[in-house]
Amino acid sequence: MSDVLIRANNLSVHFPLSRVGFGERPVVRACEGINIEIEKGSFFGLVGESGSGKTTLGRAMLKAAPISNGEVIYTDDDITYDLGTLKGPELKEYRKRAQLIFQDPYAALSPRMTVRDIIAEPLEVMGLTSSREETDTRVREIADLCRLNLEHLRRFPHAFSGGQRQRISIARALVSGPKFIVADESVAALDVSIQADVLNLLNKIQRDSGITFLFISHDLSVIAHTCDFVAVMYLGQIVEAAPTRKLFSETSHPYTKALLSAIPSLDPDVRGHAQRLEGEIPSPINPPPGCRFNTRCPQAQERCRSEVPEWREMSSGHHVACHFSEELA
Amino acid sequence: MTAPLISVKDLTLRFKTDEGLVTAVNTVSFDIASGEVLGLVGESGSGKSVTAKSLMMLNADNSVYDEGSKIILNIDDREHDVLSLKRPAEQMIIRGGAISMIFQEPMASFAPAITIGDQMVEQLMIHSTMTRAEAREISIEMLTRVGIPEPAQRFGQYAFEFSGGMRQRAMVAMALSTKPRLLIADEPTTALDVTIQAQVIELMKDLVKEFHMSILFITHDLGVIAQTADRVAVMYLGNIVETGTVRQVINSPAHPYTRGLLNSLPKLDDLDSPLTPVPGDIPSPLDRPSGCIFHTRCVESGDIAEKCRTEIPVDSIDNASHQVACHLARQGDQA
Repeated sequence: MSDVLIRANNLSVHFPLSRVGFGERPVVRACEGINIEIEKGSFFGLVGESGSGKTTLGRAMLKAAPISNGEVIYTDDDITYDLGTLKGPELKEYRKRAQLIFQDPYAALSPRMTVRDIIAEPLEVMGLTSSREETDTRVREIADLCRLNLEHLRRFPHAFSGGQRQRISIARALVSGPKFIVADESVAALDVSIQADVLNLLNKIQRDSGITFLFISHDLSVIAHTCDFVAVMYLGQIVEAAPTRKLFSETSHPYTKALLSAIPSLDPDVRGHAQRLEGEIPSPINPPPGCRFNTRCPQAQERCRSEVPEWREMSSGHHVACHFSEELA
Repeated sequence: MTAPLISVKDLTLRFKTDEGLVTAVNTVSFDIASGEVLGLVGESGSGKSVTAKSLMMLNADNSVYDEGSKIILNIDDREHDVLSLKRPAEQMIIRGGAISMIFQEPMASFAPAITIGDQMVEQLMIHSTMTRAEAREISIEMLTRVGIPEPAQRFGQYAFEFSGGMRQRAMVAMALSTKPRLLIADEPTTALDVTIQAQVIELMKDLVKEFHMSILFITHDLGVIAQTADRVAVMYLGNIVETGTVRQVINSPAHPYTRGLLNSLPKLDDLDSPLTPVPGDIPSPLDRPSGCIFHTRCVESGDIAEKCRTEIPVDSIDNASHQVACHLARQGDQA
């Protein structure tokens, strides 16, 4: 078992809403009771529909979302940070170590800064370099890693295509020398032919530099190809987590099964075999009692409507939250 | 053989811009038969949407159609030359009449300050002789048909009260309520989650059967195409580079670009195969490559690279239904 870089213990993120009339103030339960451990140097995938709380969880791990309950612990070398109470110089140090790559490469880059300035900005803000020469050397080094040439550095973002812009975003995230990167839907806005290129680049960076990735995506086939470990999220909770191969060969949660069968098959002769999931994801303000998936689950029984399923280990490293996983597997 | 529902011949469309004429669509030809689903695939910037919009004359005012371009619509044994319809009154035959369209972004397609019901009734009253009460009845019936629960209440709600999947269903209901002969679906499932996408695809398939409509299905997702289309046309930089039945194109792709698209797709049943991107980026339409438009990114040209750079490949016909614009296919080099 290798070291754990960052772990969430019973993490909840709640966003209170404004009161409507009298009574209790409604709360959006974006994440509830999350337990995950991300190993050092791994490529951790987080998958789920929109509204499942993937992004919120990713942000909580960067201390960019409020931690309402539980804790997030970052451990590296001899430092341990409890993100809930982190502030001041320690928070600044954590910001150098943890970075974010956004979904939309068109919105994430300032149109009025050259690519060189965009990549250099974190260095200047964090005071990581002492002279302009040093900054330039570092920017060139990182740009080269992300296959951007000197000519590119002088231009503005509008001159680049989606794939190139995403490489610029990646370079910006890498420049401060982080240990942990959250990539939030980083290929969702790209064409498939370009998507493969960016995925290969991220995988290469992880292999070469040992950076730990939390890769958030709604696309299970992308996750399957890039990640070592996958957690499946539904309505603010993790319903199944396992090493990638195990998740696909021994799928144990009905939601994971439904997600898998909803992916359109490339074979025109295999049509209409999808195990269709009825309805849509319920509101996180008022999640259903018992198992949160019970309103859409084809196997739901009485017990699922009243009793919250336990987060239990099926086999080594494979966790699931379902009453009836044994019967499903 | 009966005439196809719609026949596009040598469609060339340019846009007047400050930087000169931009060719968005270049000598594109295809037919859609009655009851057929044609899938149009390509990357962003390949001209898919512009091609579809020209079927309804929806392109912006700065668009210029070339002399030879022809779009013929056959309805009720009459031929209509779509591109010659200039006045809005004449265009009613196509817009909301024979052709309806579903757009990618379901939030942007509905007016935010008018109820869904009023929008459905409005278009029905414009395109038919129905009374308001009849139109209301038909709209609610269509909402029921696309699986929206409590349609009578939903009818009086606004677009923001609908979820993404439901908005797209309402969009389908609205597009089909005028009983069009051809439905143009422009990336209808791209903004949706996979589980909802599966529901919408299922729904569209059912409706095609029921109403015996044709669909022009535009998407960049080959998986979605494999699940829905009868025939496929692959577009690259304004040209159709390959057409064939869905089995021909997906199972034995003949154009290097189609192969590239298929190879770059992550496949669940083969996790060990590496993802191979199509190298480089789609060139600017202002600066179209000479010869074969794909030669700047093609990895298969090899010995005949010079020929690809200078000579425009003609459609080589593999058999009647499978056509490819590639010099390699000519040499019988088919995968």
